[in-house]
Amino acid sequence: MIKFLIKGLLRDSHRSRLPLIVVALGVMLTVLLTTWINGVLGDSINMNAKLSTGHVKVITKAYRESMDQIPVDLSLTGTQEILSELRRDYPSVSWVERIEFGGLLDLPDSAGETKSQGPFAGLAVNFFDSRSGEAERLNLNKILIEGQLPRGPGEILVSHTFAKKLGISLLDKVTFIGSTMFGGMTISNYTVSGTISYGISALDRGSVIMDISDARKALDMEDACNEILGFNDIDYYDDAKATELMTSFNNNHQADNNEFAPVMIRLRDQNDLGGMIDLMDGVVGIISFVFILVLSVVLWNAGLVGGLRRYGEVGLRLAMGEEKGHVYRSMIAESLFIGISGSIIGSAAGLALSYLLQQKGLDLSGAMQNATMLMPGVFRTRITTEAYYIGFIPGILATLIGTMLSGIGIYRRQTARLFKELQLQ
Amino acid sequence: MNNSEIINVKDLTKRFPMGLSEFTALSGINLTFSKGEFSGVVGPSGSGKTTLLNIIGLLDNPSDGDAIILGNSSKDLSPGKAALMRRRHMGFIFQTYNLLPVYTVFENTEFPLLLLKMTSGEREKAVHEALEWVGLTDKIKSRPAQLSGGECQRVAIARAMVKHPEIVLADEPTANLDADNSHHILKTMEKLNNELKTTFIFATHDDKVISYLKRKITLIDGKVSHDETVKQ
Repeated sequence: MIKFLIKGLLRDSHRSRLPLIVVALGVMLTVLLTTWINGVLGDSINMNAKLSTGHVKVITKAYRESMDQIPVDLSLTGTQEILSELRRDYPSVSWVERIEFGGLLDLPDSAGETKSQGPFAGLAVNFFDSRSGEAERLNLNKILIEGQLPRGPGEILVSHTFAKKLGISLLDKVTFIGSTMFGGMTISNYTVSGTISYGISALDRGSVIMDISDARKALDMEDACNEILGFNDIDYYDDAKATELMTSFNNNHQADNNEFAPVMIRLRDQNDLGGMIDLMDGVVGIISFVFILVLSVVLWNAGLVGGLRRYGEVGLRLAMGEEKGHVYRSMIAESLFIGISGSIIGSAAGLALSYLLQQKGLDLSGAMQNATMLMPGVFRTRITTEAYYIGFIPGILATLIGTMLSGIGIYRRQTARLFKELQLQ
Repeated sequence: MNNSEIINVKDLTKRFPMGLSEFTALSGINLTFSKGEFSGVVGPSGSGKTTLLNIIGLLDNPSDGDAIILGNSSKDLSPGKAALMRRRHMGFIFQTYNLLPVYTVFENTEFPLLLLKMTSGEREKAVHEALEWVGLTDKIKSRPAQLSGGECQRVAIARAMVKHPEIVLADEPTANLDADNSHHILKTMEKLNNELKTTFIFATHDDKVISYLKRKITLIDGKVSHDETVKQ
């Protein structure tokens, strides 16, 4: 009987091809949308993590209160001790020191007078210790436009747009004017070894990257930094792991009421990223729900049209002694067959498109030149494990629900009317 | 009920709701049918022929009275048991053939046997036998769209007969056929009635069908007005 029904299903294109196309398209869109959102939001979150927030971050309690202003005077001190503790207690996490600071960059002329000058946001990272992985994390080799990465003390990178604006050329000597951790004025000279472009206008307008040892000297921050960033061994933010880590660290330091005591915060607690993470977590469920709903309505209608077309067949089968339940179950089995087949085809197509977009990406940097948010210019999908099965949820459920709804007519139908209906055809 | 009696309709009344009142389609019908009868319920449109066939075919229940089919009272049969009775003991022939368009002649004829869960070998043998009865062994792989109206009705007869049912109910089986085809299929059914002793009950007002009947039951306004044996 199953073979007989499948034969009919395959031969009747109205029963198989149309629903199969609808399911495959719906599933393909579900997969593509899921990988797209995971990719775009995940990239944005990851970019924020690498550039600024880490997956977790250790700062002082006082720094936390006015973090937006990047107050170097509220930085962590005794960072080697804190780092040792972190590396001992949480060895699976990569811990790196960073100093974020601000100041003026001055380009002097041959007489030493100011030729041009502009404010900048500075980031000091550990360039010279390859174990820190900072150059790779910040993707510096890829975003380098001219010159080379700093190879020794006194060399810095300047954002390309900023360099052009100030008229800075490679190997020019520039002067940093700012204030130390203790509020004193500091003036230091550096050589521009290269220019970089993040592709993010907010950063490209005026940023400087230097080695943390240079920043420490300039800012009078020996054994100090304003942030210690922690990165998971996996390359994406895991909110549950970050929360666990934060709770553990903060519990250990609960008794320390000093405003300069270290405290850990998560990525989600910074830069309004919590909303984006919640959106990413919820979005797969929302997409599935919407597609189940839309596909169910479409397939319900397709089922109704098919049901009307098959009214004679169903009536005949009932008249010949097939039980209503059996007819209903066979229709559901058919829909299951369509749902699974459509889901396989749709998932394969969705994954293929996602793979293409993951590899090639969609370059929208031109449209984002004035963006102030940390967003990547090239949008990519991200194929996660859930992309392999997420399409099956709407694909199968919608087909089943659609068939169940349209098939209810079988139970409402009075057997006595069959003979008459069959005559009237 | 004697041994040869397979259908016994007793004081049967059927009423249908019509607005606030009721319409009486059948009233006080008493009939018996014996094994091997070739009989017909005749009468003008609206006389209650199809309603009577529905009740005998266990597709509907009487409002009053009873229809005892092969020893089973229609009042005591659940929908599931009624379906089982139809599956095992009854064949239906419709005015519009009602063949499944995506299946071949063989598969259409095979369908009732699938419901009986017969083995593939048994099904193949029975289908070939049934198609031989109606002379369609050369069209075994054809689809209904490739057949003439007469051939389609012959497939419908093969489908009704393939499981060797005790009763075949045929509602206006010749209504869509020309005279030649009508005579052809009626002769086929007459031959099967003679050879297999299957009971045929027709609902018809077609004179061609009536001319083949051995027993003619005339219904007028839901009541039996004549019940006569016309051939031996």
